[in-house]
Amino acid sequence: MSQTSLMSAANRRFALRLPSLETTAAWLLALIWIFPLLYAFWAAFHPAAYMVRFDLFAPVTLENFANAWAQAPFARYYLNTFLLVTGVVLAQFVVCTLAGFAFARFPIPGKEILFMLVLIQLFVFPEVLIVENYRIASSLGLVDTITGIGLPYVASAFGIFLLRQTFKTIPRELEDAARIEGCGWMAILLKVYVPLAKPTYLAYGLVSVSHHWNNFLWPLVVTNSVESRPLTVGLGIFSAPETGVNWATVSAATLLSIAPLLVAFLLFQRQFVQSFLRAGIR
Amino acid sequence: MLIHNADRRMQIYGALLLLPAAVLLGTFAYLPTVSTLVNSLFLPGFRGSPPEFVGLENYALLIEDRTFWRVARNNLVYALGTIPTSIALALGMALFVNARLPGRGFVRMAYFTPTILPMIAAANIWMFFYAPQIGLFNKILGTLGLSGVNWLGDPSVALGSVIVMTIWKEAGFFMIFYLAALQSIPPELKEASDLEGTGRWSFFWRVTFPLLMPTTLFVLINALINAVRVVDHLFILTKGGPNNATNLLLYYVYENAFSFFDRTYAATITVVILLVLAVVATVKFTILDRRTHYQ
Repeated sequence: MSQTSLMSAANRRFALRLPSLETTAAWLLALIWIFPLLYAFWAAFHPAAYMVRFDLFAPVTLENFANAWAQAPFARYYLNTFLLVTGVVLAQFVVCTLAGFAFARFPIPGKEILFMLVLIQLFVFPEVLIVENYRIASSLGLVDTITGIGLPYVASAFGIFLLRQTFKTIPRELEDAARIEGCGWMAILLKVYVPLAKPTYLAYGLVSVSHHWNNFLWPLVVTNSVESRPLTVGLGIFSAPETGVNWATVSAATLLSIAPLLVAFLLFQRQFVQSFLRAGIR
Repeated sequence: MLIHNADRRMQIYGALLLLPAAVLLGTFAYLPTVSTLVNSLFLPGFRGSPPEFVGLENYALLIEDRTFWRVARNNLVYALGTIPTSIALALGMALFVNARLPGRGFVRMAYFTPTILPMIAAANIWMFFYAPQIGLFNKILGTLGLSGVNWLGDPSVALGSVIVMTIWKEAGFFMIFYLAALQSIPPELKEASDLEGTGRWSFFWRVTFPLLMPTTLFVLINALINAVRVVDHLFILTKGGPNNATNLLLYYVYENAFSFFDRTYAATITVVILLVLAVVATVKFTILDRRTHYQ
């Protein structure tokens, strides 16, 4: 008996071993969980006629994407979402860094109470206060602007909390060394604290990007034109059942809206999961 | 004297660092919270006349508002329907993915993927399942020779349909917290229990499950917040219908403010949401933060 046939015999034996009940359950659940997305993919790449009768060998087409792209200003929505997400995350980095630094390193009277006040924002989100925030946004002239969508989220309690925690763990000796070299407070923040907090910025940035890419209710309330509407709101308006857009086109539009985030997630799965974890453990 | 001055300078510097965040939080969190409370005590003025102070009249209206009670009950059912199931599934998923499993990476990805979709996109996708004539679920029922169900149009089924979709969306998110907690359980415990000859089932109930309790509480808080905060899917699936069968508190706020233009009544319902969140926050800060598990 040659080496190869021995190998194949062993392989066969391995293959014949039935998977345990748990493996089967885990896989079954995984297939159920991924199925809706696969179905949307299938629908997006096949002619509308096949939505009604499933056929594995239906012709593949990109027509639905072309239709979606033509029927709604998705390019503009993309741009708006991109501007919104980058603007919000950068502004959050700046504002939360300053506040986190203050809470971590400065003797502010009543600091504990102030910090508790900040943490309240973990529960009272801009979307819960849509009614009053809309009035405030309109009195500031921010209705229907990308700034108006993002600004309520800039002073994020969550970002302040995360950065304060991180800054607190940085050894004081590093700061003292920088001070001996003649650095002022700002230089210490930028040269010592911020670089050492890079993993926190990455985690918080990822979580924040996905949150704002996906956010819907407040953007819906505060926007009313194509100029400022982000993808989610554009998609919501486009695919509302009463518009009568056909399904294949809706699923193409849906995939268009989620593609960048989905691709990023598939490429950087580990970072995503790690980030959500770091960010979630408050 | 000199030291005292340096201290003062530090204090002022710190206060300046806090200023941008304080201004923004004041504008978009504290001020709107206070004005929500104030507005709930007024009736809107018509045609430019100033709003009229009515005390607790809005709350009296709320108590008599049958739709409000329906919506509040829906939200409770929604929370009870989504939260325990999501948490149980999340724990199951984490145990699966934490074990040696062929294709573990794929399985983990499959569980987690719904989490990163926008709720709007998820609702669109589920529309393909729930739609009356051409939806996949009814097609499957049809091939089995059964009559279709009006998943989103039948008041007795619609909320259940929304709940099922939400579970699909959330379970994978909670899974990662369980996964992290499972990985932090010392392997010695398992080794010791193997030596003792403890069965897997009793090991889970006596060791793993109690050790995961802080995670469960943490996930529970998050799930409770989401149950009152996220109503995006209603805009696509049901618009709160049929006949308010799937309407939830925040969606009802939205309707009152932006469809019926009744700002003060919307503020009154918002106060109810704020009360719910206040209870959740109190539980978190008193019970959870005593355990330094997360700090």
